[in-house]
Amino acid sequence: MSDIPTTKPSAIDPVEKGESLWVGAWYRLRKNKMALAGGVFILLLAGLSFMGPFFLEGDYYTNTVLEDKLTAPGAEYTLGTDHLGRDQLGRIIKGGQISLLVGLVATFVSLTIGIGYGTISGYFGGKIDSVMMRLVDILYSLPFVIFVILLMVFAKDLGDSIDEWFRARGSEFSISGQWNMLLLFVAIGAVEWLTMARIVRGQVMSLRRQEFIEACISLGLPTRRILFRHMVPNILGPVIVYTTLTIPAVMLLEAFLSFLGLGVQPPTPSWGLLIKDGADRMREAWWMLVFPGALFAITLFSFNFVGDGLRDALDPKTSKD
Amino acid sequence: MINRILTGGALVLLAGVLAGCGPGNKPVDQGTPNKVLNITVGTEPEDIDPHVVTGVPEHHIIVALTEGLVAEDPVDLHPVPGTAETWEVSEDGTVYTFHLRGNAKWTNGDPVTADDFVQSFKRILTPALASKYSYMLFVMKGAEDYSLGKLKDFSQVGARAIDERTLEITLNSPTPYFLSLLNHYTWFPVHIATIEKHGGMVKRGSGWTKPENFVSNGAFKLKSWKLGRKIVVEKNPDYWDAATTKLDEIHFYPIELETTQENAFRGGQLHNIYSLHIDKIATYKKEHPDELRIKPHLASYFYRFNTTRKPCDDVRVRKALAMSLDRYSITENVTKGEQMPALFFTPPGVAGYTARARIEENVEKARQLLAEAGYPDGKGFPSLELLYNTTEGHRIIAEAIQQMWKKNLNINITLQNQEWKVYLDRQREMDYQVSRAGWTGDYPDPNTFLDMWTSWSQQNQTGWARDDYDALIRKAAVTQDQEARLELFQQAEEILMDELPILPIYIYTRVYALNPAVKNWHANVLDHHPWKHLDLEVKADE
Amino acid sequence: MLKFILRRILETIPVLLCVAAMTFFMCRLAPGGPFDEDKQVTAEVRELLNKQFNLDQPLHKQFIQYITHLPTLQSFKYPNRTVGEIISQKFPVSAKLGFFAMCIALGLGISFGVIASLRPNTYIDYIPSSLAMIGICLPTFVMGPLLMLVFSLQLGWFPATGWGGFDGDLFFSSDMVLPSVTLGFFYAAYISRLTRGGMLDILTQDYIRTAKAKGASGLRVILKHSLRGGLLPVISFMGPAVAGLIAGSFVIETIFAIPGLGQDFVKSAFNRDYTLVLGVVMFYATLIILLNLIVDILQVTLNPKLKFD
Repeated sequence: MSDIPTTKPSAIDPVEKGESLWVGAWYRLRKNKMALAGGVFILLLAGLSFMGPFFLEGDYYTNTVLEDKLTAPGAEYTLGTDHLGRDQLGRIIKGGQISLLVGLVATFVSLTIGIGYGTISGYFGGKIDSVMMRLVDILYSLPFVIFVILLMVFAKDLGDSIDEWFRARGSEFSISGQWNMLLLFVAIGAVEWLTMARIVRGQVMSLRRQEFIEACISLGLPTRRILFRHMVPNILGPVIVYTTLTIPAVMLLEAFLSFLGLGVQPPTPSWGLLIKDGADRMREAWWMLVFPGALFAITLFSFNFVGDGLRDALDPKTSKD
Repeated sequence: MINRILTGGALVLLAGVLAGCGPGNKPVDQGTPNKVLNITVGTEPEDIDPHVVTGVPEHHIIVALTEGLVAEDPVDLHPVPGTAETWEVSEDGTVYTFHLRGNAKWTNGDPVTADDFVQSFKRILTPALASKYSYMLFVMKGAEDYSLGKLKDFSQVGARAIDERTLEITLNSPTPYFLSLLNHYTWFPVHIATIEKHGGMVKRGSGWTKPENFVSNGAFKLKSWKLGRKIVVEKNPDYWDAATTKLDEIHFYPIELETTQENAFRGGQLHNIYSLHIDKIATYKKEHPDELRIKPHLASYFYRFNTTRKPCDDVRVRKALAMSLDRYSITENVTKGEQMPALFFTPPGVAGYTARARIEENVEKARQLLAEAGYPDGKGFPSLELLYNTTEGHRIIAEAIQQMWKKNLNINITLQNQEWKVYLDRQREMDYQVSRAGWTGDYPDPNTFLDMWTSWSQQNQTGWARDDYDALIRKAAVTQDQEARLELFQQAEEILMDELPILPIYIYTRVYALNPAVKNWHANVLDHHPWKHLDLEVKADE
Repeated sequence: MLKFILRRILETIPVLLCVAAMTFFMCRLAPGGPFDEDKQVTAEVRELLNKQFNLDQPLHKQFIQYITHLPTLQSFKYPNRTVGEIISQKFPVSAKLGFFAMCIALGLGISFGVIASLRPNTYIDYIPSSLAMIGICLPTFVMGPLLMLVFSLQLGWFPATGWGGFDGDLFFSSDMVLPSVTLGFFYAAYISRLTRGGMLDILTQDYIRTAKAKGASGLRVILKHSLRGGLLPVISFMGPAVAGLIAGSFVIETIFAIPGLGQDFVKSAFNRDYTLVLGVVMFYATLIILLNLIVDILQVTLNPKLKFD
């Protein structure tokens, strides 16, 4: 795949093909066993969570069988049941879907806003940067809990109105079922973009001083072109790294919200919710904590290792030996 | 340099560890032989001023510090002499005359006088104080009018200090449960001089309840109050019944999380668990049966129907929803705390009242009723949302009921949990269809449960009212003969269970744990445990 | 540098005002008020209550009163305490918890990070990195009870709950260990990774090769030459880290029954305790800004490439 320049002597020395950043990065990444293992795990997990349900019955995560509550793992229930007699295996799979979804979407939301905001702030500098960063400071200091409560309250009214709009037009479409989930994405994304913006700004500021950007400016290139064609691709490295590290942070934040009762709403499970339920019953039903907890931990591990690996791979200096 | 700081910090931490380590340091091990009770009553109290609080944790601490006209018998809570030594009731049952004992004193030495009580009643009824619980005094003549500002002259209200030690209270009508009502902290006296010194009679949170200022008249006095950490009360040697008080100190810890309470209990830091997590009941039954307590409680768990909104405006729908539940399955498998499935509203066990009315759990009939209402087999049933406040317990009950309605009636309802204040707001504004609710009795009489559903009660919040129901409750308030009174309540309850503006689900139990060293702790439906009778006994083989 | 500090302080004032205003209005927008509870009261009583606490006055007047008198305002949930009292009594506890947690985080994180950076992509890298990462792979509300179960309930080495001993007046006590470790683990993970990254950056640079060529021993190379530069990313992380410690301590304080401010940070929002919310938010905002300022100054001092601008 990569054209690795060889040092084989030949009669006519071929022009040495330089390697692009991405090509070299991929090569270095492959050498990092932990990162690879992590990446593979995540792909498998995603596959299982999103494809698995097709092989299971529709109510695989909500089937309450009260008489079977709190049964240990065994023949009938592979991973045991929870306090309402629901099959843990199904709950964990669905929880994986939800947690991964929350992780990815919220991160994407924060990425989009963060990159845009940070690039503008870092590129223009001066007063614009000052004001923009102070705004970030302000938003950073606001109480998150009140914000989430407000969001959930107002968005509920909004969701109801949207439903009515659809119903008035004779459609059966109802958004309110998934509304809570959307809100969660927005709420978490709205918090994570702040740090992303800071990181991007830092990168952009140091890039700004480099000669090739000066060259662009003196060439008279329009600002938008400089930003999107030259700046953004060059900051993608750290941004990608940080993204893979944001996903686990988001998943942990969702778990915290579940602890407070503001996260994903039942009967939909998320790993955060499952882990909280398991932690409460640690001594009585160890399987409720161990399985989702282990899966959660390994997933986060994997994201972190992939992130580390990406950072090492994308940084040309670390390949110096 | 950084290394030195880190090493320093680590060494310091290590020193701390070694300093605090060691066996026999556990609060329970030290407390029991020294008569120091370590107990948790749930959340931190908002205040210990009996006129401005409304909660249960506050109750537990206030009754340790303050005493009213009467006290509670530790076994069955019947009224026994407290600050009042003796009393008489007039023929028609509306005038009570209390004779205060001569050696009743405040903690600063002042004697407790009848006027103290009169001024205390005046304070809680003063409109400007905006007490939320002042309605507990409305059985007293003129009290309600005074609290609404309609009556300006307090001497017209039915509380009179005939002399230093004689107090006369006049009621609107004979109230058979009046003496039990006096055990509620809203009727307790407060030290007027202290209150006036610190901000005046109507200033809330004026600081007069701080340990350095607080003056009270109960079995214990306030020693210290460390925010978020604990409230310590110590034995009051000047209390008239100090000979009965066996404990030296009580340390009240504010711990909200059930799991934290349990960890502290198992770790030997607390003598009790205030609320035991339901999934641990089975384990405790097996491993710690001497610690586990499951006792009936005077409280009802139910759902409110908004009778002004579809589909619950139709009584057939409400009945169908009520009849299609398997309450036993809920208490057996979901709540697991030996709660009593409730086929009526008023919890039994007080005033000799057990409701006759019954809801019939019958899925067939329920389906029939639903069909009659226009939704055969659940077809066309409009969207129904069940509102509850975000708590694990409510969630699983709501989920179980959601499943039952789906299975038995083939209808799909949505669950909506809201954070506590939002939930309260929506219920009050009647912005709900079905809402989870709970109610603890304020005093041991059916009236505290049944008067909620009158047209004038603030607690109603269902939009339901019936003239005949109102009439029955009003009449019961003025009936002196207890039997006749209870019969009126029975009739009222029958109307209630026929119309079903509410859906009773179960009667609460209190599930908690208690260290066996605690003695004279008697379980009762109000969950009141007069502190002056409690004792701590070291086990013989320790 | 003085000019820099002064300018930052001037910039801070409008920021704090904005935070105060937004917090105030967010609180008011949320449905439900501080006096709502299970037992409903008449509209008249509610009005009178609002009057006692000045909630009936026009909003802007209330706002001005709040910001000018913040420390002396009564808390709505605990009216016999002022906001100032509550913060001054509870913050020292959270601060100490945060300090110990940070010591543990730095100790564990830096050592693991340095070790891992010595031989990247080998087992010497993977094992310390993995160990350090345990902290961010399990939420604190799992880690805490787990540690409590093993070390307190089963082994009996530490008390299960509490802070500062039986009466809470001990400066160091064994009940401080488990909470600090639980909280510290979380940050140890980030710090170890940042250290590793920073060290790798430095160790591959030319001046390190020069030192090695000159014959400096490995350890000396690490400690004297690399650590200073390698810790730069850690220092810039400290600002947001301390801020996170403060908010994140809510879970720890709830689980271990620690009377700190973290609990109030969250509960006051649920209680609609308008004054306490504002007080705690403003307090923390000021703290964060102060910390960011210190971190920025430190960064410039340690990294010659940066300048105050």
